[in-house]
Amino acid sequence: MRFILPLAGLAALAVMPMWLSEYGLGLMIGLVTYVTLASAWALFSGHTRYISLATAAFYGTGAYVVAVLNEVLPYPLVLLSAAGVGLAMALVVGLSTLRLAGIYFVIFTFGLAELVRQLITWYEVNVTGTLGRYIFLDVTARGIYWQMLALGAATIALTAWVHRSRLGLALRVVGDDEVVAAHSGIPLARTKLVAFALSATILTVAGAIASPRYVYVEPAIVFNPTVSFLTVIMALLGGANRLWGPVLGAAPLFLVFEYLSVHFPDTYPIFLGLLFIAVVFLLPDGVLAGIEKLRARRREARS
Amino acid sequence: MIMTTLILGLVLGGTYALLALGLTLQYGIARIMNLAYGELTLAAAFVLVALFSGLGLSPLAAIVLIAPAGYGVGWLLYTVMMRPLVRRSGASGRLEVDSILATFGLLFVVQGVLLVIFGANLTSISYLDRGVSVLGVSVALNRLIAFGICVVVGGGLALAMTRTRWGLTMRAVALTPGSAPLVGIDVNRVARQGFALGTALAATGGASIAMYQTFSATDGVIFTMKALIIVIMGGVGNVTGALIAGLALGLVETFVATAIDPGLTLAATFAIFLVVLLWRPQGLFGRG
Repeated sequence: MRFILPLAGLAALAVMPMWLSEYGLGLMIGLVTYVTLASAWALFSGHTRYISLATAAFYGTGAYVVAVLNEVLPYPLVLLSAAGVGLAMALVVGLSTLRLAGIYFVIFTFGLAELVRQLITWYEVNVTGTLGRYIFLDVTARGIYWQMLALGAATIALTAWVHRSRLGLALRVVGDDEVVAAHSGIPLARTKLVAFALSATILTVAGAIASPRYVYVEPAIVFNPTVSFLTVIMALLGGANRLWGPVLGAAPLFLVFEYLSVHFPDTYPIFLGLLFIAVVFLLPDGVLAGIEKLRARRREARS
Repeated sequence: MIMTTLILGLVLGGTYALLALGLTLQYGIARIMNLAYGELTLAAAFVLVALFSGLGLSPLAAIVLIAPAGYGVGWLLYTVMMRPLVRRSGASGRLEVDSILATFGLLFVVQGVLLVIFGANLTSISYLDRGVSVLGVSVALNRLIAFGICVVVGGGLALAMTRTRWGLTMRAVALTPGSAPLVGIDVNRVARQGFALGTALAATGGASIAMYQTFSATDGVIFTMKALIIVIMGGVGNVTGALIAGLALGLVETFVATAIDPGLTLAATFAIFLVVLLWRPQGLFGRG
């Protein structure tokens, strides 16, 4: 049962484009993208409670790698290079901050998207002289959808496996108490680094897969801080330390976000910010934990 | 050339130091990691522009209004938003994560409000924009006034923190919030004061930036980032350290902007951050 339901869901999602309109398909791509981003984010930040604010940095890097390499290399190699660049970036960030207290990691990731954006802009203006690139790839919207769906499913499967593995246990102890973790012989820095690198690589590949949708790519477009913001709020709403939490948070919030950005194009950041604050205050552990707490209270009331 | 960089760098560094002072008060004393700090700075900058071009108020008079208003806003933010988080977390380490998340949401709220009211355009005012010769270097008068404000406010605060009983209380809470109540310190009140004072400094810093620099509603992250890195360089909660580190960052940034490229100033900031992380994560002036 534990495998049948998700697999059936995946199959249903995979055949969905047969009936969808162009708009519906675009919506589904966005939805699956955010499910992937939120799940990948939670893979590292869910248990450790090391808040990464750099989703846009990795996502944008992935998109930019495709923009630079799409005419030089065959598509699978482009994706592979994107993964490589994302991994390298994660190692730089992780090796310099994850040996220290969590706050340094948060600060570093907070400015990372802006830093990468400025560096690329500087490089493009001064060295190559072309700010803004086009992506002409022979990938259809359906192709993107299936690739993203596969990546999302792989992310959730990976998360499920990590939760059961030694790595997952170690991450949970690190999140609860680092001193205890260190005393029980968990290699702190290595554990955090492995999980962060995994998460960041997936984020980068997600950006690479989604990039043909943009057609025109420039740093200001792909390094959009809203991506980091939405990813965090989605994972938190569902419950970042649950397997299905990010999915549960991403689906409704993405639709809300779509609705707000269409109907209130100027004021939606305010609504989203307020929503975010509300989630932090009212559901600090996510909807799933909230429901469980409610159930437990009812059971107590009955007995 | 070197003299120009030196003087312009010091002037810019003064503003950075002031911003970092506010942040170090909020994080060091109130234990709130405020990611919306840069947005609050920008809000003050926009208010100064509105007062100047709308009502014709002199920026110096406007700062006198903006600083207490910043204190009020900070007081309110702490009471309404941060205090419940502090109470919820108790002695556990949750406050740091919760405050990061809550202020991350606040960042988007404030930024959204600024975008709606003032738009996304670059904004600046021209106020006392004439050169004054300082040691043979021509510096705009507005920059000098901004620097003067930073020296007076920052220096005054540094003195108050190190020389008065009030400063002693503040430092006690920054050092060990757990033991401060044992000697009769109301930690909640001190934390609220620290947070409000930090916001007042953010507002003063933002207002002085508006006097000489062009800015836009989306620049908040950069200001927060620079202030954060100065705080870490100087050592969390260390007022004197933040002052020195702020001036140093201003110098480095001006040097990078004139010698290499103005587009790389954030990269320079990050480079410093990396060096500090790898070499002395407890801060250049921290102990232990």
